[in-house]
Amino acid sequence: MSHSETGAQVSPRLSLGPIAYYWPKDQVNDFYAMVADAPVDIVYLGETICSKRTQVRHEDWLEIAERLTAAGKEVVLSTLALLEAESELMRLRAICKQDRWLVEANDMGAVSLMQGRPFAVGHSVNVYNDRTLALLARQGCKRWVLPVELTAETLADMQRQRPDGVETEVLAYGRLPLAYSARCFTARARNLPKDDCRTVCIDFPDGLVVSTQDDNRFLALNGIQTQSALTMNLLPELARLRALGVDILRISPQANDTEQVIQLFHRALTGEIDTAEASDQLARLMPTGPCDGYWHGGAGMEQRAAAAS
Amino acid sequence: MELVCPAGNLPSLKAAVDNGANAVYTGFRDDTNARHFAGLNFTPSKLADAIRYARGKGVRVFVALNTYPQPGGFERWQRAVDQAADLGVDALIAADIGVLDYAASRHPGLNLHLSVQGSATNYEALRFYHEHFGIRRAVLPRVLSMSQIRHVIEHSPVEIEVFGFGSLCVMVEGRCILSSYATGRSPNTYGACSPASHVEWRETADGLDTRLGGVLIQRHPKGENVGYPTLCKGTFKADGHTYHAIEEPTSLNAMELVPDLATAGVAAIKIEGRQRSPVYVGQVTRVWRQALDAFARAPQDFKPRPEWTAELGKVSEGAQTTLGAYHRPWQ
Repeated sequence: MSHSETGAQVSPRLSLGPIAYYWPKDQVNDFYAMVADAPVDIVYLGETICSKRTQVRHEDWLEIAERLTAAGKEVVLSTLALLEAESELMRLRAICKQDRWLVEANDMGAVSLMQGRPFAVGHSVNVYNDRTLALLARQGCKRWVLPVELTAETLADMQRQRPDGVETEVLAYGRLPLAYSARCFTARARNLPKDDCRTVCIDFPDGLVVSTQDDNRFLALNGIQTQSALTMNLLPELARLRALGVDILRISPQANDTEQVIQLFHRALTGEIDTAEASDQLARLMPTGPCDGYWHGGAGMEQRAAAAS
Repeated sequence: MELVCPAGNLPSLKAAVDNGANAVYTGFRDDTNARHFAGLNFTPSKLADAIRYARGKGVRVFVALNTYPQPGGFERWQRAVDQAADLGVDALIAADIGVLDYAASRHPGLNLHLSVQGSATNYEALRFYHEHFGIRRAVLPRVLSMSQIRHVIEHSPVEIEVFGFGSLCVMVEGRCILSSYATGRSPNTYGACSPASHVEWRETADGLDTRLGGVLIQRHPKGENVGYPTLCKGTFKADGHTYHAIEEPTSLNAMELVPDLATAGVAAIKIEGRQRSPVYVGQVTRVWRQALDAFARAPQDFKPRPEWTAELGKVSEGAQTTLGAYHRPWQ
């Protein structure tokens, strides 16, 4: 119970979450070449959404992992959030059996395989209370990510009870992961069955925006995942995140301008730019616009932090 | 295969019991379960009455405690676990690891089922819950195909229950927060999806708009049947088309798969609908009882009778039914 809201404040480290979308291999390689020189401390690698996305294969991810490790990054191998087929479990086992890099479990199946060794749990594992976190910590969990629908208040309660040796990570920037399905909604949009999806999700490097009939850009379809169209940004909450002893802030990659997003977070963390000014600039880089409602206890799509200008 | 039927209140419970359920599942009157609706569910004393009634007719009673408590509210879930254990329920259906941990350590004799909200779609996950909490049964999310279900059962350490009929979650249960994105309330945190408190019905010149948390979900022309604005079943625009971008308002009906489910080794079939009326519960239970009995008498000849299908069609959402994920092309 070493952490509290009044404890010593260490600046959080920055992490880059896994690429949620299906990008061509060249784009992925270019992206991580950029990341190697960018001011992020931790990089999560791997396909977390759909096992049919094979542009970048397991061996390719390991190569990228080696390159980023050589560039001084802490690499974590991330895993599928929804495991249905045996072939998916086999790929998962391949990731879990290596011990060169930490593994991020995004399903309880992965937690099950990692028991007894160090692992992290991503935001699609439901850690809603301290009793859950304590049990996972006893199995080897070293890091957890706050489920995205939980509030700052709940995080504060969790931090007070956090087991020693467990780091807390918060998704601070990105389209929100809202749901997973057996169904591929991108294939559905193109009238294709999932078994013959032609991996059309490669046409939508930030997901396919779904609007309401009165033209409110509402969701983004990313294969079997549904995301928010709005991009969550918690940078205006940096002081609170620090006070709560959050160890890591996660940025979720987007098709364009991720480098600038990282830079703005980095400069805000080092005090070179104030968070309101940085958030103003971030808003211009978002595919649709900002939201931060969950953090404040409201609907996820709400925007509570006032714009700087 | 056991028939597990929903009971949102005592009249529904009696309807399920009287029409041939093998077990009924219930919940307490608060956010500890995923059907936290006004006027629904049981106080502990009402549940005691319900258990007496069901037991008298040889029917088992399960209690769903299948939402995810946060630290501030955890005691409420502990109390609910204790109450269920004190009442001697036949099973507690839970999702949250903390709740399962509490239940298993405080009440080692309590029969635990992993709720569909536990979101376990593979046998590696099931092994975790079995090893740590001794769960004896798991309810599978409605995302697996028939062959995937067979495969899970072959490797599962616990018996498997699947949904046979009712409203269809197209998202993997326990990991869908579309509802809280629009309203601040989700099945995980609040025990309700697309909660009625956030629904608006607005007359327009052309008909009726339904909104959830202010978000336009459906636009009904004059004279069209108006459905409940469940978020994932709305009509949206994507890629130049206006359509049910996620799912049509249909119900699951897996009756024709009864022989396949039995062969796969499914232990129990669950009927969705604790929020539905006693009439619904009675009708659906009666039809499914007939079907399961007919299958038991003559497994080779089993085929859903047209009158069963017609009867179930009448109570289905959108009056359409689907085989859902069980039928691979749906995926």
